[in-house]
Amino acid sequence: MTTSTTSFLTYRASTPKFWLLAALGALVSAVGFIAALYMEHKGHIVTGMNQQIVWGLPHVFAIFLIVSCSGVLNVASIGSVFGKTAYKRRAALSGLLSIAMLAGGLFVLMLDLGRADRVIIAATTYNFSSIFAWNVFLYSGMFAVVAVYLWVSMEKRMYGWVKPVGVAAFVWRLILTTGTGSIFGFLLSRSAYQSAIIAPMFIIMSFAWGLAVFLIVQEVMFRWNQLEVHPAIQKRMKNLLGVFLAAVFYFVVVYHLTNIYYAKQTAFERFILLDGGIYTLLFWVGWFLVGTVVPMAMIYGSNQPSRNSIFVASLLVVVGAFCQLYVFIIGGEAFPIDIFPGWQITSTFSDGQIATYTPKLPEFLLGMGGIGVAFMITLIAVRVLKFLPEDDPVQPDAAHD
Amino acid sequence: MKHLGLIIGALLAFMTVPAAAEVPQPDIVIANKDSKCIAPPAVMRRNHMKMLKHQRELTLREGILGAKVSLRRCIECHASKTNDSVIGSDKNFCQTCHDYVAVKLDCWECHQPKANFQATGAMPHD
Amino acid sequence: MTDDSRRHFLALGAGVAGATLLAPGLHLIQVAHARADGVPASSANRWGLLIDSSKCATGCDACVKACNIENGIVEEVPDPRQRSQWIRKIDMTEKSTGRKHSLPMMCQHCAEPPCVDVCPTGASMKRADGIVLVDRHICIGCRYCMMACPYKARSFVHEELTQQNPEVPRGKGCVEACTLCVQRVDKGQLPACVEACPEGAMLFGDLKDPNSEISRRIAQEATTEVRADLELNTGVRYQGI
Repeated sequence: MTTSTTSFLTYRASTPKFWLLAALGALVSAVGFIAALYMEHKGHIVTGMNQQIVWGLPHVFAIFLIVSCSGVLNVASIGSVFGKTAYKRRAALSGLLSIAMLAGGLFVLMLDLGRADRVIIAATTYNFSSIFAWNVFLYSGMFAVVAVYLWVSMEKRMYGWVKPVGVAAFVWRLILTTGTGSIFGFLLSRSAYQSAIIAPMFIIMSFAWGLAVFLIVQEVMFRWNQLEVHPAIQKRMKNLLGVFLAAVFYFVVVYHLTNIYYAKQTAFERFILLDGGIYTLLFWVGWFLVGTVVPMAMIYGSNQPSRNSIFVASLLVVVGAFCQLYVFIIGGEAFPIDIFPGWQITSTFSDGQIATYTPKLPEFLLGMGGIGVAFMITLIAVRVLKFLPEDDPVQPDAAHD
Repeated sequence: MKHLGLIIGALLAFMTVPAAAEVPQPDIVIANKDSKCIAPPAVMRRNHMKMLKHQRELTLREGILGAKVSLRRCIECHASKTNDSVIGSDKNFCQTCHDYVAVKLDCWECHQPKANFQATGAMPHD
Repeated sequence: MTDDSRRHFLALGAGVAGATLLAPGLHLIQVAHARADGVPASSANRWGLLIDSSKCATGCDACVKACNIENGIVEEVPDPRQRSQWIRKIDMTEKSTGRKHSLPMMCQHCAEPPCVDVCPTGASMKRADGIVLVDRHICIGCRYCMMACPYKARSFVHEELTQQNPEVPRGKGCVEACTLCVQRVDKGQLPACVEACPEGAMLFGDLKDPNSEISRRIAQEATTEVRADLELNTGVRYQGI
């Protein structure tokens, strides 16, 4: 492995730009925290969430961050578990992003609780028939596993442990993402959920979103240091993103086709795919067009797309991810529960009606606060330690080290 | 370090400053001076939180009624004569001590702090 | 026998016969006995409701009003979508026939409650006698149980409350639902909705007591569980749907 002292010194330099970014990140995180305090003090009455849409915009942010945190570790796994050189060099950054986004996601999730002051109870009192309870262990354990992984990846004396710890991290996050998907998959109450496909769908979504986030951060870091990611590595990674996007598309198609086949699910599918207003728009334009078709066109349109192309494609994948989660979580809640199949129902409790939801500012600020926390952790870590991937200039994309 | 002793001494001296500017002991108002609590004040001060925490499991989860430890009976006896509540000012029983020791009172998020409170006064079929 | 003594005997006989006929009725009024102090709720009982919704009038919401009064659900919440409802009247129209119907819907007190399964802290619980409750001491307000309930029975408190009924603690940030008026049932009284129904459509009783009116009616008459396909074994059963 060659070491490049010049690049290390470059990002150790304390530029005004860095401090500006740090201030911005701190501000966004602080505003998010204050928004959460406001919600906690006044109650959820200050949000747009209600008895029908019980999980709102903060959950869209939180679940994106948590699912992506698992997927971004893929880059490290491909290095440690499957031995690909270019990915091995990226293992540390991948691990860092994993921890940063998990922290951001949990920040949002814990602060959105109705009784956020009772997080200690959540951490000490468990009902093990609940996947949520298992997730508390899976999420906190993820911090530990990835921290150990970072240690063995970056500490030369421990490098022999990288493969076993890498495998452990790989397995852990597959279980974690299965747990996250199962939050929804285990629910039999709503038309959108109650399906075993949701857990593997979340796994494959994590692959796509995690890699997109990694590509975005990697590109920003390289440009900051006036470097360029080697074209061979760019090509390999963008092709992988294309494969993941295709896989997500496959899962979404199977999910919807199966639902369409069942008579009792047809109304729900009409709602999502045809006449659900904002949800239909976000599905077709947000996820399908902007989040899948356009990025894949950019990825596969040329054999060697420009680095700008890949960067924009990754950004669009993230936009598509948010749209997809909004449709899945909030659209899934908006569609009325079919309490009396075969009957049209109304009540003073919004039974039988499509629920309406308008996110309010505190929710958006809290969600952004999570992104701010992830950003701050990443920013400070890459300033202090050597996370910038250093590729072998001669054989950047060697099959094995 | 050369001046370690001096630094430690200065820190210790500094720590006595809060003692000099002490918060006055709370003036605990007992609303019903003639009646007796379920245990002596010293025992209650140390253990009321444990008693409540243990009893709440029995009352709520197991449905055991009529226990000696009853939050409502505490309120009925300790509610201030001025606002009929155990919180609301530093003259109210629970709040007096809890403000002094700076321990958050979580109970009253859900439990009614006023004694003899009639939510509506009307029976359902009236 | 003289005429007088025969009349006397007949009167006595009528009195005994009348008392025998009335006795089951007297038993009916006392469906729930107040539990003795210090005695925990027992799995020998299972409290349930039988609602004859054919007696339910469309415009009537006496049960809802009674529940709100009894349980202290009196707070002003400007956005109706954020209001707590422990019981609500559902007006329904059968899609294929156009037939109209109305019935009250509340927590169904399932024997296999999905809300209890998904609660991370175990705050959502089933008491030994079948009443499904929220232990607000450990509820963290995650609202997962609200996502899980197929009957949309649960509500979330969106703002600070001050007018709670001392017997029904409820508060901001915690989830809540129909408790089958556990504070009344434990004292041997009927749930507020049952008592308030002007048509007598709602019957409360012990499903595990074969002699209770509810058990006898369920064994003899056709009754249904809502979403019986989910096999949650609800404690609330309906007629007339």
